[in-house]
Amino acid sequence: MSMQRGIKNETPAQIAADLVDERLIRTDGLRGAFTAFGIRVRSGDLGSLPVVIGLVLIAVIFQVLNPNFLSANNLVNLTLQAAPIGVIAIGVVVVLLVGELDLSVGSVSGLASAILGVCMVRLQLPILLAVVVAIIAGALIGALYGFLFTRFGVPSFVITLAGLLGFLGLQLALLGPQGSINIPFTSWIVQFANTWFLPPWAVYVLIGVAALGVLTHDLARERRRVRAGLQTHPLSVTIVKVVALAVVLGAAAWYLSTDRGTGVMPVIFVLLVVLMAYLLRRTRWGRSIYAVGGNVEAARRAGIRVRSVYLSAFVLCSTFAVLGGLFAAARLGSATTSSGAADQNLNAIAAAVIGGTSLFGGRGSAWSALLGILVISAITSGLTLLNLDSSVRYMITGAVLLLAVIVDSLSRKSRASHGRG
Amino acid sequence: MRIDDSSSTEQAAELDTLNIDPVLSMRSITKSFGPVHALRNVAFDVYPSEVVAIVGDNGAGKSTLAKILAGVHPQDAGSITFEGVDVSIPDPTASRELGIATVFQDLALCDNLDVVSNLFLGHEITHGVLDEEEMESRSLELLRQLSARIPSVRVPVASLSGGQRQTVAIARSLIGEPRVVILDEPTAALGVAQTAEVLNLIERLRENGLGVVLISHNMADVQAVADRVVVLRLGRNNGDFRIPDVSYEEIIAAITGATDNVVTRRAEAARRSSPLEAEDGTE
Repeated sequence: MSMQRGIKNETPAQIAADLVDERLIRTDGLRGAFTAFGIRVRSGDLGSLPVVIGLVLIAVIFQVLNPNFLSANNLVNLTLQAAPIGVIAIGVVVVLLVGELDLSVGSVSGLASAILGVCMVRLQLPILLAVVVAIIAGALIGALYGFLFTRFGVPSFVITLAGLLGFLGLQLALLGPQGSINIPFTSWIVQFANTWFLPPWAVYVLIGVAALGVLTHDLARERRRVRAGLQTHPLSVTIVKVVALAVVLGAAAWYLSTDRGTGVMPVIFVLLVVLMAYLLRRTRWGRSIYAVGGNVEAARRAGIRVRSVYLSAFVLCSTFAVLGGLFAAARLGSATTSSGAADQNLNAIAAAVIGGTSLFGGRGSAWSALLGILVISAITSGLTLLNLDSSVRYMITGAVLLLAVIVDSLSRKSRASHGRG
Repeated sequence: MRIDDSSSTEQAAELDTLNIDPVLSMRSITKSFGPVHALRNVAFDVYPSEVVAIVGDNGAGKSTLAKILAGVHPQDAGSITFEGVDVSIPDPTASRELGIATVFQDLALCDNLDVVSNLFLGHEITHGVLDEEEMESRSLELLRQLSARIPSVRVPVASLSGGQRQTVAIARSLIGEPRVVILDEPTAALGVAQTAEVLNLIERLRENGLGVVLISHNMADVQAVADRVVVLRLGRNNGDFRIPDVSYEEIIAAITGATDNVVTRRAEAARRSSPLEAEDGTE
């Protein structure tokens, strides 16, 4: 504390310790926040801006082509469809952040649905036990990847390609000659994915809690910054942020409630995104994930146990893949040989990349899983409404992915030339 | 240790009279890689509040010596004494824990992380979650002590200039409060102004009582900032000079072995014929 006071005393006229350098471009107040945002965008630090603009464009185009696109009914379906692959994409984000790739998330999610079907229907085990078995299997698969990667140094691309084939085979073997297992519609897991909706008041309470959470988090941060003698952000920015969050989410919840409402499964997906975003940004583990993705050698020399970091990333990815597979099986009400087929696999990876997680490692956040899957689901849903064949759907999704990767590469170059890394 | 060089003998004698013990001293250090003797019977001392430069041609063993101290690879033979205690440095962690900080030429910074994150990488301050404000304010304090000119500690390291990156790397090595800092070619890729900044930084480390080991090819830098220069040639000690007492030409002569004359050639021939006596020069 005395040290911090020391800084303050030496700096003229109440300038915060992090603003002493006269070369800094000063930004004050609400207008300052907007100016800073503008500067950031122009220098190529686009953040989630391209995705948000893309989403708006997609919504406008499909709404013009088919007025049902933005109907509450379609949007409720969209949230239910997005959740399973979105959950898989969270895991993909973590693996991409350490600069690796998991190609097998689709197969692993398919395997999870097969495990659920076999345990529930053939073995007549309680559902919860089946879920636990599947999740343990996912964690073990991730641990195996992590072991092979850290022990033998085989590229993760190849390990998980082998996993893609191997676990697809295991999925087919588990399902046996019939090729599919129907999960009873009356079971809670299928009900959960299809008919469980939060009552509107509960959603509003949840949004209120979220807004309050953001507010207290920001206020606590400002208090700590004042104590540390650092620049504070104006209260107006926080208030605008909190109000905007509450209004946007509230409006969305109200609109969805004119149909079936907000599904429990999408809410769980969003909560998982928030949780992972927090862990990645605010914990030592999260910091080490970014460090390993940025420069493995630097992380190793800094004393970070690089092997455990890789291991944790692969375990999380496979576990999220299993969770997504269980959601998908529950939504479908069956486990089939085509569960977790190629497009589900690649959609999850595409979602992470479209959402803004760099393929080069070290950049991105859990939020990109949410944004990316919204884009992909919107495209899929819009094209389905237009009665377009899946062949066209694949091509368009492919083009969007390509566009996202190009934006990633371009903004990387721009960041470098504008000195934003 | 008495190196058979008159100026170094004076140097050692002077330090003896000042009665300062070296914070770090290495004796009879030998290291081979396969058939190659990278270091043979090398002796090396670092005193507190001293900048000692290690110079030598390519392959003279400078980096090998630094890597032994950093715990990258241990010596084959010889002893290391740190603050009067015999120590072994089997790995980088041991080196760090002793109080030796090494800044390698590649700096080992994470470009995607900001200055604060890089400074505290692996040693983050946490209260359950990361305490960003505490780390930020301590980073500012540390950089202020070093009079480092980094405009903002919240920009990614990738956006900093070469000199600023070097500053961050050096500042990071100080987080663990080391006694000895080893800098491997800190000015190699820097412009004139940035080099000057780094040299200022090195002087500030000395003022703070640290022993600084400077490995450099650049004689101008060495003469500008070092108190003492240790010359290695082909893996052996080839001189230990106090900077004020030595000319540029003398250092270069020691580095290149240009004092090549009838006498040295005869000595060389004698050494070749009886290799066991070979090490009398350094021990």
